[in-house]
Amino acid sequence: MTTTPSAPETDIRPVSLWRITWRRLLRQRSAQVGGAILLALVFIAVFAPVLAPYDPLEVLIGKEDVRKREAPCIHLLGCPPEKPQHIMGIDGNFRDVFSRVLYGTRVSLFVGFTTVTFAIVAGTLLGAISGYAGGWVDNVIMRLMDVLMAFPSLLLAIAIVAVLGRGLQNALLAIAIVSTPVYARVVRASVLSLKEREFVQASRALGASHAHILLRRILPNALPPLIVQGTLGVASAILDAAALSFLGLGAQPPTPEWGTMLGTERNQVFTAPHLVFFPGLAIMITVLAFNLLGDGLRDALDPRLKS
Amino acid sequence: MLQYTIRRLLLSIPVLFGILLVTFMLARAIPGDPCKAMLGEKATPEVCERFYEEHGLNDPLPTQFAVYMGKVLRGDLGQSIRFSRPVAIIILERLPTTVELSLAALTLAVAIGIPLGIVSAVYRNSPVDVGTMVLANAGVSMPVYWLGLILAYTFALLLKDTPFWLPPAGRLSAGVVAHPFYEVFGWDVPQEGARYFLLEFIANMYVVNSIITRDWAVLKDALQHLALPALALSTIPLSIIARMTRSSMLEVLRQDYIRAARAKGLRRHVVILKHALRNALLPIVTIIGLQVGLLFSGAVLTETIFSFAGVGRMLFEAITARDYPVIQGFTVVIALIYVGVNLLVDLSYVFVDPRIRLD
Amino acid sequence: MTSNAATPLLDIRGLKTYFFTEDGVVKAVDGVDLHVRPGEILGLVGESGCGKSVTSLSVLRLVDEPGRIVAGEVWFEGRNLMALSEAEMSHIRGNRISMIFQQPKSSLNPVFTIGDQIAEVFQVHQGLKKKQAWAEAVELLRLVGLPDPESKAHAYPHQLSGGQAQRVMIAMALALRPTLLIADEPTTALDVTIQAQIMDLILDLRARFNTAVILISHDLGLIAEAADRVAVMYAGRIVEQAPVRELFAAPHHPYTQGLIASVPVLGRVQDRLATIPGTVPNLVDLPPGCRFAPRCTARQEHDLTICTEDEPDLLPVAEGHRVRCWLYAPQPASSSPEGRA
Repeated sequence: MTTTPSAPETDIRPVSLWRITWRRLLRQRSAQVGGAILLALVFIAVFAPVLAPYDPLEVLIGKEDVRKREAPCIHLLGCPPEKPQHIMGIDGNFRDVFSRVLYGTRVSLFVGFTTVTFAIVAGTLLGAISGYAGGWVDNVIMRLMDVLMAFPSLLLAIAIVAVLGRGLQNALLAIAIVSTPVYARVVRASVLSLKEREFVQASRALGASHAHILLRRILPNALPPLIVQGTLGVASAILDAAALSFLGLGAQPPTPEWGTMLGTERNQVFTAPHLVFFPGLAIMITVLAFNLLGDGLRDALDPRLKS
Repeated sequence: MLQYTIRRLLLSIPVLFGILLVTFMLARAIPGDPCKAMLGEKATPEVCERFYEEHGLNDPLPTQFAVYMGKVLRGDLGQSIRFSRPVAIIILERLPTTVELSLAALTLAVAIGIPLGIVSAVYRNSPVDVGTMVLANAGVSMPVYWLGLILAYTFALLLKDTPFWLPPAGRLSAGVVAHPFYEVFGWDVPQEGARYFLLEFIANMYVVNSIITRDWAVLKDALQHLALPALALSTIPLSIIARMTRSSMLEVLRQDYIRAARAKGLRRHVVILKHALRNALLPIVTIIGLQVGLLFSGAVLTETIFSFAGVGRMLFEAITARDYPVIQGFTVVIALIYVGVNLLVDLSYVFVDPRIRLD
Repeated sequence: MTSNAATPLLDIRGLKTYFFTEDGVVKAVDGVDLHVRPGEILGLVGESGCGKSVTSLSVLRLVDEPGRIVAGEVWFEGRNLMALSEAEMSHIRGNRISMIFQQPKSSLNPVFTIGDQIAEVFQVHQGLKKKQAWAEAVELLRLVGLPDPESKAHAYPHQLSGGQAQRVMIAMALALRPTLLIADEPTTALDVTIQAQIMDLILDLRARFNTAVILISHDLGLIAEAADRVAVMYAGRIVEQAPVRELFAAPHHPYTQGLIASVPVLGRVQDRLATIPGTVPNLVDLPPGCRFAPRCTARQEHDLTICTEDEPDLLPVAEGHRVRCWLYAPQPASSSPEGRA
């Protein structure tokens, strides 16, 4: 019988914050579902040419015997095998809706990531400078952000697009501009809370430049809320881009963007509901995936839940 | 307290100035010639020259801005280039629609969202909770216009011959007129001045108007037409409020004073509805203020689908038509309302939370 | 005065409260037998996490998910509290049995005045109207020594100091003259000078209303001064029970001995503070046998094997003094001397 008291095993090997977060994230149900959907979406986006039965821009009149805005024909559900299968039907320009929806994944994912990346970069710059410099610089930048945030985001985006002209690129820029203030605020808050801490003063005493301190010491702490906000931001960016396209200000036909598809066919909702239903459903599923993922990230990164 | 109010108001001024400036510049920056947009491609340079003179478009930009600022401060928002009517009047006609729609949506969101949030928090991880959260997640992920279209399809077409039918377009059925209440009461109201604005504003909110005049047929019609767009518009705020209520309640229910309240012998429902809710509502009040911006954004889309003659729709059309005065006027008013609501929310916080006594 | 040998006021038998968490079942209270006599002060001592608070919360059935009372009876005024409905329990709470907590300021609702919160007790239990209840509340504030009670009643919790807030809690708890007060670390969060005042207040009111008190603390000095009897808890079980003087004069359980020895004494020169080696066991994964065995120096000294195989019952060693330790078992199972180690 041993005489040493059996203290509980302590693992002294330091586990980095990222590993803990990753493990916690994997246990979150919302992150699991969101991540799974996202993986599926990425898969679809990458393999769209293989998965889609038709070219999304291909007009089928003359090639097949299809009517304008024809309802879905699914062989498994009873559509006669002689008719060509169009799982989601035909749109107003004789194109296969299913293929267009699949290709739309590419557009939406592209939209989400580019706008958020731009907004994060711009917002981080502004927020970091604002928070670190303080004084009138801070005031001016924050007033500017306030003014931007005083406008309902969609309306401001519409106004910017009106200035720049229609089209997907301009819509992306507009959305990025409108989204920037949020990230600026997040970064500024982090910077402010850390600016006065001792380790900053210590670094200064050691001769570190302001830029070095900002980049290496302070900004890494702003990463967690940025990541959460960014993921959720992708969700709202996709929604906004679809809204702009719906209004005719974003992606122009024949680009297979879900919002555009909805917008062009909205007056036919009573006669051809499938043209409205499927693209909208795609938007919802995609946005939902990012929202779930963002929620899961937020819970996983919650400092209060640290064990 | 008073000091704080004054300080907040003063701080709003630069923001308001910024709003006016940004609006002005954006409107001017829209490419395209307003003259051609208005009078057609065939308008001759002479005609356009006169057009520019008339609308003061030849002056240097700073002058234009100064003139503009002066007018705004006097309440003159200019004349719509498209309709040749005062912008203020157009706003007066259209803003009530949007306000009524937004209020209806907000009421739905609060009335349904908060109870759902409370139930979810109290019965954590139960089917109700999980179900509500799933729906709430779906709710914030749905495009408003898609939901609107689906609702229209369901209620206007699928349920056509049932008592659940709801109309998909317009504010009133054809032939139904909502007589302004001041007309019905026989008041003599000259068509100008602040009093007129106020009365007209109220009269253009058909639901309110018909309640005042007790015209129940019109009330029913107006409500029926309001139902679908309000429902569609409310979805996102509802989901946000439900989630926020849930997390706020969960946070509050963890607190020591909740346990102490139960130790005093208070019943569960009293603890939840009196002690917990009062504390949980504090952050929710802020959220409600933020929803106003969302509601305006959503209004553009909802009004488009349901053919509501509101501010959102008008703004969108004006942008396409390069109707600068309308763009400016509407944007300014919308932004002002947004800023005003947030200011109110900030100030109300002082009343709601005794810990913030700002002295 | 203090105790009388009549039927106990509160009789806890075999209480078990477990927490069903993701990481396993935490057996916070694993078979506790306690009783409190009318008017006596029972001290409940132990380290953090030993189950003292959970025991008291279980009495009032205030244990929330993921915790659940899985076994046991709590007899109070002739009824088993575990068998009552929620409605009946809420009649008892704040009325017949009251509880005060460790953090007085956060135990008060920040959005209501303290007058309202005290008055609430009267409104709920006695059906008094607002004005009457408020008047009673002001009187109570006077009773607990709060200066200028009429205006203090309109104050909000954040405007009070810790000591004042605890007085308010005491006022609320004793408003309806309950027969039992559970005080869970009532002075731990307060400054030392205030601690003495609050304890004096509790003792004074206790004498006036003849309220029994369960005084929970990890502060041995406090227990020594205030309690009539003491129960020592470790890892969810009672390991020793005795009248207070007896416990401090002749602690039998190695854990109790360790606790008492680790309290530094003024004036005595010590090179090192005595500690109990090791740490509290993981309540999910309890070792078989005596829970203190891994840390018990007495076990090593006497080379006992039964300690890691079997858990002892509470064995009597003197009048009103019981210990849960194999050292005092009547039939030694392996080589162990009788009497104290």
